[in-house]
Amino acid sequence: MKGSVRFENVTKKFGDVVALKPLSLDITPGTLVTLLGPSGCGKTTTLRLIAGLESASDGRILIGGEDVTHLSATYRKVSMVFQSYALFPHMTVMENVGYGLSVKGMSKAEVRDRAEAGLETVGLKGFGARLPSELSGGQQQRVAVARAIVLEPEVLLLDEPLSNLDAKLRRHVREEIRQIQQRLGLTAVYVTHDQEEAMAVSDRIIVMKNAEIAQEGTPFDLYDRPASAFIADFIGDANLIDVEITQSGEPTEIALLNRRLTLPLSSKATGLAKLVVRPHHIRLDRDAAADRLPAEITYAAWLGNSVQYTLTTPVGSIFAIGAPQPLPFRQGDTVHLGFGLEDVRLVPA
Amino acid sequence: MQRTAGLWLLIGLAGYALLPWYMVAGGFWSFGWLSAMGGDARPALLWSAGGRGWLWLPLTGFAVAGASLMLARDQLAMARGLVSAGALGLALMAAQGLVILGNSTRLGLLEGATQPGMGAGALVVAAALLFVLTTGISGLGRGRGDAFITGMIGAIVALVGIFVFYPMSFILLRAFELKGGAGLGVTEFLPRFFAGEIWSPACLTGLGYCGAALNSLMLALATATGTTLMGLAFALIFTRTNFRAKRLLRVLTILPIITPPFVIGLVLILLFGRAGTITEFFAYAFGWEKTRWLYSFWGVWLAQMLSFTPIAFLVLIGVVEGVSPSMEEASQTLDADRWQTFRFISLPLMRPGLANAFLLGFIESLADFGNPLVLGGNFNVLSTEIYFAIVGTVADPAKAAILSLILLSLTLGAFLAQRKWLGRKNYATVTGKGDSGRNAALNDGLRWTCYAVALPWAAFTLVLYGLIFFGSFVKLWGYDHTLTFEHYTRAFGIVYRNGIHFTGAAWNSYFTTLTIAAIAAPLTAAVGLATAYLLVRQKFTGKDAFEFSTMLSFAIPGTVIGVAYVMAFNFPPIELTATGLILIIVFVFRNMPVGVRGGIAAMSQLDKSLDEASITLGANSATTLRRVILPLMGPAILAALTYSFVRAITSVSAVIFLVSARYNMATSFIVGRVENGEFGIAIAYATVLIVTMLAAILALQLIIGRRKLRRADRIEAH
Repeated sequence: MKGSVRFENVTKKFGDVVALKPLSLDITPGTLVTLLGPSGCGKTTTLRLIAGLESASDGRILIGGEDVTHLSATYRKVSMVFQSYALFPHMTVMENVGYGLSVKGMSKAEVRDRAEAGLETVGLKGFGARLPSELSGGQQQRVAVARAIVLEPEVLLLDEPLSNLDAKLRRHVREEIRQIQQRLGLTAVYVTHDQEEAMAVSDRIIVMKNAEIAQEGTPFDLYDRPASAFIADFIGDANLIDVEITQSGEPTEIALLNRRLTLPLSSKATGLAKLVVRPHHIRLDRDAAADRLPAEITYAAWLGNSVQYTLTTPVGSIFAIGAPQPLPFRQGDTVHLGFGLEDVRLVPA
Repeated sequence: MQRTAGLWLLIGLAGYALLPWYMVAGGFWSFGWLSAMGGDARPALLWSAGGRGWLWLPLTGFAVAGASLMLARDQLAMARGLVSAGALGLALMAAQGLVILGNSTRLGLLEGATQPGMGAGALVVAAALLFVLTTGISGLGRGRGDAFITGMIGAIVALVGIFVFYPMSFILLRAFELKGGAGLGVTEFLPRFFAGEIWSPACLTGLGYCGAALNSLMLALATATGTTLMGLAFALIFTRTNFRAKRLLRVLTILPIITPPFVIGLVLILLFGRAGTITEFFAYAFGWEKTRWLYSFWGVWLAQMLSFTPIAFLVLIGVVEGVSPSMEEASQTLDADRWQTFRFISLPLMRPGLANAFLLGFIESLADFGNPLVLGGNFNVLSTEIYFAIVGTVADPAKAAILSLILLSLTLGAFLAQRKWLGRKNYATVTGKGDSGRNAALNDGLRWTCYAVALPWAAFTLVLYGLIFFGSFVKLWGYDHTLTFEHYTRAFGIVYRNGIHFTGAAWNSYFTTLTIAAIAAPLTAAVGLATAYLLVRQKFTGKDAFEFSTMLSFAIPGTVIGVAYVMAFNFPPIELTATGLILIIVFVFRNMPVGVRGGIAAMSQLDKSLDEASITLGANSATTLRRVILPLMGPAILAALTYSFVRAITSVSAVIFLVSARYNMATSFIVGRVENGEFGIAIAYATVLIVTMLAAILALQLIIGRRKLRRADRIEAH
């Protein structure tokens, strides 16, 4: 189907280094899928394999249902927005945007018309005569997007497109990219290492680690039902506390320190596990109670609308975020922690 | 793939059926062969039908290629077919060429068969077979499936193979050849290789002359040490002091590049020779004895110091500048004084650069031919001994081959040492990040030491160059100092009588030199930059070997390559001696490494995502090269063009074996004059060459240098 991307057991080796373990994935046309992961996880390699900038060591790659495994990048119907934008410094904005059209052999008038339309799409009408060096970072970014979309690619690839922008601009540009993608109904594959960015733009997220897929799903799935300690920690912050599942099934019974807790979750087997507790689910209280964990505040950072605490507890160091208090907690104070049993999750140890 | 391969198949068939297969009298471009198509200039098709049946062989390659194009069921099968077709065709073609050599045959095959050297038709057929092969390889998914890339790799491998490795193999063969055509073996090679006359240490014990190999080695060590220290002094003055005339120092660095060989030696003779000005002065004023000290180790060493110090300077400027100011600032904030900072921080960081300059000086000194030829006297070195073994009264090619092997192992050893110890090690502290701050100034003691060493030397060098100019206008140096234009009119006289007549003796070689340099320069730049592109931008198996073999010709001394070319290209299948083509080829492959290095440096500064952007936007590699990379590489192209043009004019060592009556080069003309003692005309000619080269450099700067994008050194993608 037009715009779909499919990997069938694709692997990539650079000499002895395995950059990608056998990987299979399916990308639905018209969706924006993010490849997310720490550096060196294989996400950029995956993107470059789709583009044809790397050739697969093994397996099949299909774009729009057509086998393109051995097709060179020149002839694949994908275009790419680069981390560094890769605008040609010796060409004007118009020449940059029209480059792909003109190498296809389109007439000059048509190239100009389409390039102008492309610039209008990204809100840069009238900037055609400038050189890339005369534009701001955000504008250069949008030229790069325009250059990629005027070719009407089946798949638009974006390689960390926001990493060279400052924090404020990032939010703005990522909204724009998302809007353009939805308006044109493009299939887009987006690479980033920033989980917040991934959550903000994606229909689906594929989290990668050590050259393979760690988990994939909608942003909500990944946050709410992490499959591993890595995902729990990577997608939104999480405290991971060692526990033992004493009774599996639903509900699950766990042992935390010397206490037994019954969680409204299902689990598969008994044994060691990790309890996922999000920082903002932790309540701090000055008073002790039977179901509260005593803790000492080793560090408190006031951020205006919230306070971040680092706490020392019998189960290890805990990170918590709370609202500012009228009578603030201070470093060295002893507090008592609690959390709602319905807010926590379990992942394998 | 199908279209590309089909096109090459047609081109190959056309070459086979229409172009003269063998070399034609008068050269291909005179088109005299059009009228002789039935005679000697027959295409292969007619030859093979008429007696030379072995010329059917290349056609098998085309037949297999055609069959695979028409019959193969899928891409992979077709690609395999094309690969085997190209390989088979090339192998058969090479085999027939190597078996039937002119009037004799090898291995007892096809006895009685004869054929001359291959010509235009053979070239086209070979190229077509090669590109059918590489197109097939691209079809197997190599080189990201890009036929342009695999074709480029194939072409460069083939060229380097034919024009570097093939001739070098002749040196090896000759060196190991047994007397009387008894085959190959080490029984004669070993005694000759280690012969006393080559390695004799007699001069060290005061018992006579040393062997050429030992002389070369000692000279190279002395020159390398001297040039490195002197270069360092210049580089420190240039980068770490407030010395006023820095631009003048910079001029010193380009002088040796545009100085024809012998010139330094000649001027030294005019000053320090037995009848030299300074010798005369000391004899007159102090009654010193006039000696022939210049024609010895010390004279050659002095000339080499003058010639190669600027090269060390050029290398060391980069090294000294490469030491990050923040490291020196860190050292100073830790309470080290300037001397301690230099001694314990800067100098250790420069160590690899110093080693690099040393090895470069070592290789240059070993390969130097001009200075020892003029000043050597009884001081024999390998490069001149090789020359005399070929052109001397008793020509001894086997001796030349063995001496070449010795010289080659010395330079190659240094080259390998350089790559092994320094190639990967990177102390350069220049990072992409803006590193503000200034390099620490030198302490007083060191600064004055540098001044005391370097400035008199710079003055001496400038005086020498002044004398070159002056010397070309005096009648007979040392005897008759009246000013005259006589040397210029003899060399470059023009007579207006019924039109313009170039009557001067030098015009012929002058025009030949310029023509050949002008043809060779763009070819060198193209081959060098194409190689650089492949090395920087493409991934392929055997890339390390590819890089090594393209850089190898840097380590082969010119004399050695000259001998090798004479041995290899004097008879079929590739018969090129006495043509202009062989001169062009020798320049292209000798100067290519510099184009490669420059191209690599320039291309590494172009963000790789620029090419990738172009490729993903639907441009193929050729378009990307033309529309994105080349426009951004202006300065590198300029440097490669300039350098190869100038080197083609000043080079002598390889050329001297390859010139012919028809294609005489300026440098070998000057050698002739020097040998006849006509110093005036030699110096006048050299002056004209220097001026010509300066003019050419400036013109190239004007044409290409203008297209600068902006001042930033690093061109980043935006």
